[in-house]
Amino acid sequence: METLLQQIINGICQGSVYALIAIGYTMVYGIIKLINFAHCDIYMIGAYAGYFAVCTLRFGFTGTLLFAMAACAVLGVTIERIAYKPLRNSPKVTLFITTMGVELLLQNLIKTDFLAGPNTLAFPEIFALETYKFGDVIISNYQIISVLTTIVLSILLQLLVKKTKVGRAMRATSFDRDAAALMGINTNKVISITFAIGSALAGTAGVIVGLLYPKLTPAMGVMPGLKSFVAAVLGGIGVIPGAMVGGVLMGLIETLSKVYISSGFSDAISFSVLIIILLVKPTGLFGKNTREKV
Amino acid sequence: MTTVDKTSPKTSISKIYMKYIINLIGVAAVYGIVIFLVQRGIIDSYNLRILKSAGIFMIAAFGLNLILGFTGQLTMGHAAFMSIGAYFSAVMTQNFNAPFAISLLVGIIAAGIIAGLIGYPILRLRGDYLAICTLGFGEIIKVVIQNIDYVGGARGMTSIPVKSSFMIIFFCAAACFALLRNLINTTKGRAIKAIREDEIAAEAMGINPTRYKMTAFILGSAMAGLAGGLYAHFNTFIDPVTFNYSKSFDMITYVVLGGMGSLSGTVVGTLLLVILPESLRALAEYRMLIYAVLLVGLMIFRPSGILGTKEITVKGIINLFKKLGGKGKTTANNGKVGE
Repeated sequence: METLLQQIINGICQGSVYALIAIGYTMVYGIIKLINFAHCDIYMIGAYAGYFAVCTLRFGFTGTLLFAMAACAVLGVTIERIAYKPLRNSPKVTLFITTMGVELLLQNLIKTDFLAGPNTLAFPEIFALETYKFGDVIISNYQIISVLTTIVLSILLQLLVKKTKVGRAMRATSFDRDAAALMGINTNKVISITFAIGSALAGTAGVIVGLLYPKLTPAMGVMPGLKSFVAAVLGGIGVIPGAMVGGVLMGLIETLSKVYISSGFSDAISFSVLIIILLVKPTGLFGKNTREKV
Repeated sequence: MTTVDKTSPKTSISKIYMKYIINLIGVAAVYGIVIFLVQRGIIDSYNLRILKSAGIFMIAAFGLNLILGFTGQLTMGHAAFMSIGAYFSAVMTQNFNAPFAISLLVGIIAAGIIAGLIGYPILRLRGDYLAICTLGFGEIIKVVIQNIDYVGGARGMTSIPVKSSFMIIFFCAAACFALLRNLINTTKGRAIKAIREDEIAAEAMGINPTRYKMTAFILGSAMAGLAGGLYAHFNTFIDPVTFNYSKSFDMITYVVLGGMGSLSGTVVGTLLLVILPESLRALAEYRMLIYAVLLVGLMIFRPSGILGTKEITVKGIINLFKKLGGKGKTTANNGKVGE
């Protein structure tokens, strides 16, 4: 029982990271129907930006978080403007290849000696690790902070999307881009804002991962990126709360299957769950069924 | 779109044979030139190795072009079918001492059967969902192979005998090219292309989309299986990670960069993208960086790929030479490099 509880807590921590990344995937997909594979590398850059903020700039936790968010937001918007915007009306696969090209670019950019080099870096401790015991269940302050950060950011994002003018513009753009443009919404600006928010959240995820699993490599984004993408689809791609729930579910499935079924098969189990859900409900858990128009 | 035979049905038979003969001569000429260059030492063994690997991935990319370029179904698990072909044929060679042809055949059939089993439930999904499902299946196949001790698990299989000569790879690629080239101009091929253009309209015209999607998926995956078998007997070492999703992404890049729906585009795209990183080796750590910049740049400035949906044909090349030779003369339709 205690191990189960412990594993659920670990799963939620892992899942909160997935949720933060998945939100970026889902927002971008919702607004321009693009699977942005470079997103996982923005998360990687977020972790490196956090490293830079702690080691060179000597920021505290909040400062590091804000720095990483800002760096990633700027990067996300720049990529969107340079690489994706010219291709907005070309076939989907072309855009998809471009995102993969950007992914390669970012990974190899970090690999150069000029920036971080190809070696593994250890994320420094921003503050001392403390652990609290509840019976046999151990929770560290890192875990609490990471889950809290995720919850706070998710609530803020929901408020932004549901209550503000920008949020309304985003919803309108994702519903119908042309109609939104006709209503006087600057869709290019809205798309840029979406990229900025999604990337900032990925940057946060990067810093949190730096805390929880302090190892930085240029390819660190690939596997979590894939999992969060799956999480976004699981929750229904394009639906923000779906991405949050999907992310946590993904973390739980991964952690629990590692402990109770087989550590070797855990990835296969996560993907099988995805495929089963897609076959039963092709739009994901929270996705709305759209009727096809002829 | 593709080469349309403008001859009328009555006179066409001898002309069709002529076309086949010209194409055969073209293929033989390319082979002869490469062999000549190898014998003269202009292509050394290192470069020949690169050419061989380009040929192998070209075969897989042809299969992917059928699924992605002609049928319009985005799959992201193509490398997994390569791994199935590679493992089955390697096991046949190593554990059962089967002749090379039999091993390859077993690899092809295994990849085809598994593609059929996977394709049946998931091909009814559309667009991005299909892409994600195939991605998931690719990773599942990788993990499953990692956990089968009989084939070495995560360590992979070592010391597979070298059997894929340049000749075998070249003629396998040529055969796949010819097969697809002929397939896409038949009724079935047109049905497949109709599904790409508009699935609902195709269905309304009496085409069964699921059936043709399955055909394309199985045939394309079987080609990946062939490529896998050749790869196993070329590299002598295979492990599950070789065929992970980034390999699938690489192959999608070959197809899209060359031009979706153009087989010669796949040839150009694969050759370019396999040789380019090798030729940039002098730049050491900046190699992949420049590769990535070139890739993104090419996609931005040429979104439909290098060749679009055009094909390079022997006839087109001859016409091009005629045009270059006879400047000033009015050559109305001859100059196009095959349309």
